[in-house]
Amino acid sequence: MLEKALKGSRGYGIWVAFLLLLVAVGFFFYLRQLDYGLGITGLSRDVSWGLYIAQFTFLVGIAASAVMLVLPYYLHDFKAFGRITILGEFLAVSAVIMCVTFVFVDLGRPDRAVNLLLYPSPRSVLFWDVIVLNGYLLLNIVTGWTVLESDKKGIPPPAWVKPLIYLSIPWAVSIHTVTAFIYSGLPGRGFWLTAIMAPRFLASAFASGPALLILFCLILKRFCRFDAGEKAIQTLAKIVTYALATSIFFVMVEIFTVFYSQVPGHMHHLTYLFAGLEGHNTIARWMTVSAFTALISLVLLIIPRTRKNESLLALACFGVFLSLWIEKGLGLVVTGFVPSPLEAIPDYSPTGAEVAITVGVWALGLLLVTMFYKIFVSVRNE
Amino acid sequence: MAPTRREFLQMAGFSAIGLALPVLPSLAWARTGAPAAGVSAYPAAPGPLPARKAKRWAMTVKPGKCRAGCTDCITACHLEHNVPAIGNPKDDVHWIGLQKVGHVFPAEAHPRLPDTIRGLSVPVLCNHCENPPCVRVCPTQATFRRPDGIVVMDYHRCIGCRFCMAACPYGSRSMNWRDPRPFIRKINQDFPTRTRGVVEKCNFCEERLARGILPACVVACKEKAMAFGDLEDPCSEVRLTLDRGLSLRRRPELGTGPQIYYIL
Repeated sequence: MLEKALKGSRGYGIWVAFLLLLVAVGFFFYLRQLDYGLGITGLSRDVSWGLYIAQFTFLVGIAASAVMLVLPYYLHDFKAFGRITILGEFLAVSAVIMCVTFVFVDLGRPDRAVNLLLYPSPRSVLFWDVIVLNGYLLLNIVTGWTVLESDKKGIPPPAWVKPLIYLSIPWAVSIHTVTAFIYSGLPGRGFWLTAIMAPRFLASAFASGPALLILFCLILKRFCRFDAGEKAIQTLAKIVTYALATSIFFVMVEIFTVFYSQVPGHMHHLTYLFAGLEGHNTIARWMTVSAFTALISLVLLIIPRTRKNESLLALACFGVFLSLWIEKGLGLVVTGFVPSPLEAIPDYSPTGAEVAITVGVWALGLLLVTMFYKIFVSVRNE
Repeated sequence: MAPTRREFLQMAGFSAIGLALPVLPSLAWARTGAPAAGVSAYPAAPGPLPARKAKRWAMTVKPGKCRAGCTDCITACHLEHNVPAIGNPKDDVHWIGLQKVGHVFPAEAHPRLPDTIRGLSVPVLCNHCENPPCVRVCPTQATFRRPDGIVVMDYHRCIGCRFCMAACPYGSRSMNWRDPRPFIRKINQDFPTRTRGVVEKCNFCEERLARGILPACVVACKEKAMAFGDLEDPCSEVRLTLDRGLSLRRRPELGTGPQIYYIL
């Protein structure tokens, strides 16, 4: 089936070439980073994780959200998702590959990455994250590919895939839970030290992932002669609505707990995130955009008339994606470090090279999505 | 494993040479791993003294004794350990720093503290926690706690993921964001330099203890503001200091069990 990704229309070729160019630019800057060290990024002693780890965190959510298709389809026999469940699985595969790549480019000594396996450390959450992410990758590749292959042959999928599909449901929850534990298990960072971190991660994941999937479905419908079906898209949109509302609710719960209890160590972080501290308000400005985008999108999604309008739905889904990308892909990681343990308010802004590498990894992921979806549409349209 | 007779004689022979030539740096020992360096993570040049051992190493600091503007402890530590002086805050690497009381003890500081206290510069370094979060989170066990309580790093195993930096509640860890070697003023041949991409921090001078010498910062301090010793030994200087009154530790409520005690 792989050969189907290699030939396509002129538009497909241009799009793939464009993505390849971005990957090449990112790779060029990664070589420079290998040569110079991570000092090529905006990271510092105080803000020691930044854009890369934030993208990783956000994308784990995108990967986990495949379960929002798999669960209704396989556990509740929700037929409308039958056509697009594989799209969710392939999105998960691409997202996990991006996650692993982001962790890899964030390593100071990538040549020693194999030490993770040579010296397994069960007390480290990162060790478990490596295990669950790779396990999830494998599960989704195997199930997605096998089901698509059976589709192509016009036979039902082999019986042995079913248990793997069922396993992938709790496994999806595990990848985002373990990723949240990376943050929430640290004693000294008040911003992350909250039991609601894992639920928050899951809620925002189940909003941002399906929102992205709706956008992909609308693109496939317009440009690739593949219609996911009104019912599937509208059900996904309802999932996005509930998940977004839950996600916003969780953030409000966080805000109440911190500002009503008024414990300074927790309050400073949230003040920095939403208002800035002592004039350091770059992140706060982004978060203002995130908050307004989330609220507008929520309104558009709740009102049935706007939700059923395809253009407005696309706008709302883009808003959800943008809002949660800002929240997780910019705010969450950096704010944990500000103020620092010694009460400094360090500024972090990604450098050009860092942005180029980040864009490169995103392009790599989009390339994978493009190729997987091309194969999928070719098989389905046959 | 008990040494064979042959090994014992070899050790005895080397020891005799060491006693006879205490002033000469015995490079052969450093390469083959001298008996005295057995507890060290690095083969250190042997000194004239037997290794210092303790059940639980700890340090007391009296910032009130510090001379204003003095940085002797930092200089000594950074020379001893080849810590680069990169000179910009972004790429900064340090093992000891000086911070104001209000930042080191935010819970204890209040506006009515006398200026004599508020204006103090407090030396901050790795706390060599009893229950270190950095060790817990390290995915390769590149940082670990020795039985005598010193939290050390294996610079050859560290993958530079910086989970330990996020986990440390004290900001005691530094990353080598770039090649540190061009920024080392004078290379100390007895201690390894680091490569770019690994994390580093204070090691309580374990390489000096193995040679029977006290930590560089303690020795360098002319005001005797720092004391170092075995917390389990009632006659050690740290215990005698702690017996005299109230001492503070940084953020004890986190349960990390820091082993740097401040007397203010």
